[in-house]
Amino acid sequence: MGVRLASLALLIAAWYAGSQLAGARLLPDPQAVALAIVDEARSGALALNLGATLARVAVAFILAMALGSVIGLIMGRSRIADQLGDPWLIVLLNLPALVIIVLAYVWAGLTETAAIAAVALNKLPIATVTVREGARSLDHALDDMAQVFRMGAWTRLRHVILPQLAPYLAAAARSGLSLVWKIVLIVELLGRPNGVGFEIGVAFQLFDVTRILAYALAFIAVMLAIETFLVQPLERHVARWRPKPA
Amino acid sequence: MLGELAFSLGSGQVAAVVGPSGCGKTTLLRIVAGLDLDFEGDVALPAHGRLGMVFQEPRLLPWRTVEQNVRLAAPQATDAGLDTLFQTLGLGAHRDHYPGELSLGLARRVALARAFAVEPDLLLLDEPFVSLDDALAARLREELAELVNRRPVTTLLVTHNLEEAVGLADRLLLLSVSPALILADVPVARPREAHTAAELETLRNEIARRLNQAFH
Repeated sequence: MGVRLASLALLIAAWYAGSQLAGARLLPDPQAVALAIVDEARSGALALNLGATLARVAVAFILAMALGSVIGLIMGRSRIADQLGDPWLIVLLNLPALVIIVLAYVWAGLTETAAIAAVALNKLPIATVTVREGARSLDHALDDMAQVFRMGAWTRLRHVILPQLAPYLAAAARSGLSLVWKIVLIVELLGRPNGVGFEIGVAFQLFDVTRILAYALAFIAVMLAIETFLVQPLERHVARWRPKPA
Repeated sequence: MLGELAFSLGSGQVAAVVGPSGCGKTTLLRIVAGLDLDFEGDVALPAHGRLGMVFQEPRLLPWRTVEQNVRLAAPQATDAGLDTLFQTLGLGAHRDHYPGELSLGLARRVALARAFAVEPDLLLLDEPFVSLDDALAARLREELAELVNRRPVTTLLVTHNLEEAVGLADRLLLLSVSPALILADVPVARPREAHTAAELETLRNEIARRLNQAFH
């Protein structure tokens, strides 16, 4: 813990040094950025924009994870489904995020639906590929056992399959979350009237680096909080049955 | 792999399928259990067709406790029934443990408990005591015998251990190898306890001789 704090302190010190060297216009010092954050918070703009961005992240993430996982599970268990879906999956995986976003806006207008759909579509193939891998490596021995004891489909899903998929779901969620919020910022920049991405776009046009950094830091803080207070406890809870290393 | 096989088990009868490794005993068991569909013929299961099976590995869900593992397979089991079962198999203190915390012997016991908790019409055992040390295996065989005596259930036991087969079964089906065929159908008179050690020894030797004959 001590090492981490020291490293963080070093980061801030480097930042400060950099701001002195580069000048306040290019790289404002930590103090200026902190003040800007406070200002935005006071006016309510911070809450509004953070809220909008987080809402988009939540919806797109849930959509992509839910759909992506289901499709991945099906593709991992059924060869036909896999053969049918694989080409679409590969195309979607390799389509640049920007292309998906721009096409969504062009076809569906500069709407919230288009924005969220674009983000979800970007993340969905990654969830699918990861969960498909998990579905492929399901333990046949446990499947057989469940079959002999005539366990129902719901029992099997909840007690046999999902726990095995848990690490894959966790991996998909982890990589997915960080991807989703990056893309949400882009869709906001390109076609939404609010949110962290929008604010950064405005700050860019005004060459207001302080504002850019203020929003960036505020956002990172929120994502870190989610990681610490939501994701990690969830991960620990899911892994509580694992034998601890001796 | 399997040749022409036909046999039927009487209700409450314990039959042991004996033969060397690789002759198809496990395949036979899998076919009876409905896990292997690549065969010609019929499997007729008794009554409700409730199966209890103990595999070569315990096959417990590692992320559920002992109690949950048993209950998931046997949702109809009564609390009292489970209490007795856990008691008989010495699992009383382990009900809330996870399989990762159990020794192999204990895990095997849980698998046994699970198979019995279902109150099966047919009990299938695939070399359930393999890779346990002799003392532990002997103890578990006694516990299995006790469970079967208490509540007779039609049982098909696969083993390559003659002593186990003679000790537990009413009837021995000897399988030859490639293609597996029933060599002999040897009845073992009950009650087993009435046999002297010498009689059992003679029976064991007879069977070993027959098995040897088949391969030479």
